[in-house]
Amino acid sequence: MRRDPFLILAVVLVLAQAAAALAAPLLAPYGPDAQEILARLQGPTPAHWLGTDNFGRDVLSRIIFGERTLFAVSAGSVLGALLIGGGLGIVSGWIGGAIDRIIMHVMDVLFAFPIILLAIGIIAVLGPSAASTAAAIGIVYIPIFARTLRAPARLLLGTEYVAAARAIGAGRTRILRRHLLPNLAPLILVQASLSFSTAILVEASLSFLGLGTQPPTASLGRMLSESRAFLFLSPWPAAFSGAAILLASLGFNLLGDGLQDRLDPRLRLRWPGSG
Amino acid sequence: MASEESSGRRPEPRQRAVALWKPLTELSLTAFGVSVLSFLMIRLIPGDAVAIMLGANASVTPARIAALRHRLGLDRPLVAQYVHWLWRALHGDLGTSIWTGRPVLAEIAARAGVTAELTLLGLVVAIALALPAGCAMAALRGSAADTALRLVSIAGITVPSFWLGTMLLYGAAALAPGIPLIGWVPFSRDPLANLSHLALPVISIALPVVASLARIVRAALLEALGQDYIRTARAKGLPEWRVLARHALRNALVPFVTNAGIMAGYLFGGSVVIEQVFALPGLGRLMVGAIAERNYPLVQAAILLATLVFVIVNALVDLLAAAIDPRLRA
Repeated sequence: MRRDPFLILAVVLVLAQAAAALAAPLLAPYGPDAQEILARLQGPTPAHWLGTDNFGRDVLSRIIFGERTLFAVSAGSVLGALLIGGGLGIVSGWIGGAIDRIIMHVMDVLFAFPIILLAIGIIAVLGPSAASTAAAIGIVYIPIFARTLRAPARLLLGTEYVAAARAIGAGRTRILRRHLLPNLAPLILVQASLSFSTAILVEASLSFLGLGTQPPTASLGRMLSESRAFLFLSPWPAAFSGAAILLASLGFNLLGDGLQDRLDPRLRLRWPGSG
Repeated sequence: MASEESSGRRPEPRQRAVALWKPLTELSLTAFGVSVLSFLMIRLIPGDAVAIMLGANASVTPARIAALRHRLGLDRPLVAQYVHWLWRALHGDLGTSIWTGRPVLAEIAARAGVTAELTLLGLVVAIALALPAGCAMAALRGSAADTALRLVSIAGITVPSFWLGTMLLYGAAALAPGIPLIGWVPFSRDPLANLSHLALPVISIALPVVASLARIVRAALLEALGQDYIRTARAKGLPEWRVLARHALRNALVPFVTNAGIMAGYLFGGSVVIEQVFALPGLGRLMVGAIAERNYPLVQAAILLATLVFVIVNALVDLLAAAIDPRLRA
């Protein structure tokens, strides 16, 4: 196996985020709201590695807590979209016929909305909050997973070994667990990873617009938005909070990209079971 | 996308009509679905949307609520409501803004131009930059620069445009103080000022798209270069630039066109957000403001109209792609 430096970078970035998400209070040097009024709008110093904001709050600590929110919302939305969308895609491919056409048409309609507009519409209905942002992004991503998994599921169900499994009396659950899901796993992993990367950007955009995570929960998008008020006094909070969003999204994109190269879903589907 | 059964069929004269009929049916089915979802949006708002609407400008009394419910047709069955709503929408009546009382269509029309110009300029800039960038990346394949370019292009895709815009704003203000960078000047009043105000926002939304388009061009070029017809072109003695320009690039253009609609969607999403950074009076700021004011008819109409534009754009892009590449004709 050849070493892929990008995949290593991806794993480091993703693990760093997971660490921030799981252990923010342990990792952050200060509380996210702890103010040090005499140390306002500082650049990076030994005491505050990434500087302070207009209330003298530690930027690094706020970024770590913001990562936690970003990670939680993105994970929730991708997981929900994967379960509902992926499930719909597999069921649709399995049943076929009119139900398949109806499900996929509904997916096409959802897919027709520009992502940010559909998310804004859903947030308008649910009211701005972290939970509605997760729901909105999740709904927006449902058709992506349905479309990704339907055709491969259909292809797998048509293979000889699934026919053989049916012939020896394997039930639906067994075919799903033993034949479908293991072969779809690489594809699911790649799609989930890439969706995670874009979900991070959508969450940050919505929070930047004031429609996502609401105060007092720490949020990178809102942090960047608020930092613009004192951009010309101190650009550090804006620079670092945006860079944190970029690195978070980059980690998952590199992961998806690297896995796609390594697992090559098309290969796995052409010779199922050989990997 | 070509369906399995049609791949071996010979083209017939009737197929041209059929080829147009199918996307048209799909287009109207999708447009119907989009209209149903947009219609339902306002009905799904928890609590009585009518009380919220009234609460915006007057005292809420049961009589007033009943009167407005009747005026909005909310006291009728859902299907009848939809038909009524659709009928009025088809006649250009998408409701009135709760706050100003003006038709929402007029409010949207006043703002849509800003977002449309931003999106279109973004698309032009993205295509103009992505073609040479993708060619360069394909040419440098296997070299040390290839690895660096790959990282840069992936990082480019994940750059938040609103962060890039904020940083560009800071940099430009530091380098050239005194130049107005935010706000909006209509093209009709001063074309030059209009474009200079849009330069930074356009770069901010176009850069992530340049990165992803360049990767598509690179992959398509590399795939094309491995094909037999390229070997044939080289074997008959064509100069390398001609092989690239006439044969490889032409085939690399197909994924470019099929992705143009999706890219326009991304750019539109980017402009909705970037308007906030540069204080541009477009659809994005209109909608964010409308949500804060609970001006639901405005949000609903903006989502419906913008989505319909993209449904039509995507249908046209599919037809264009099929015209360029016969393999894509279903």
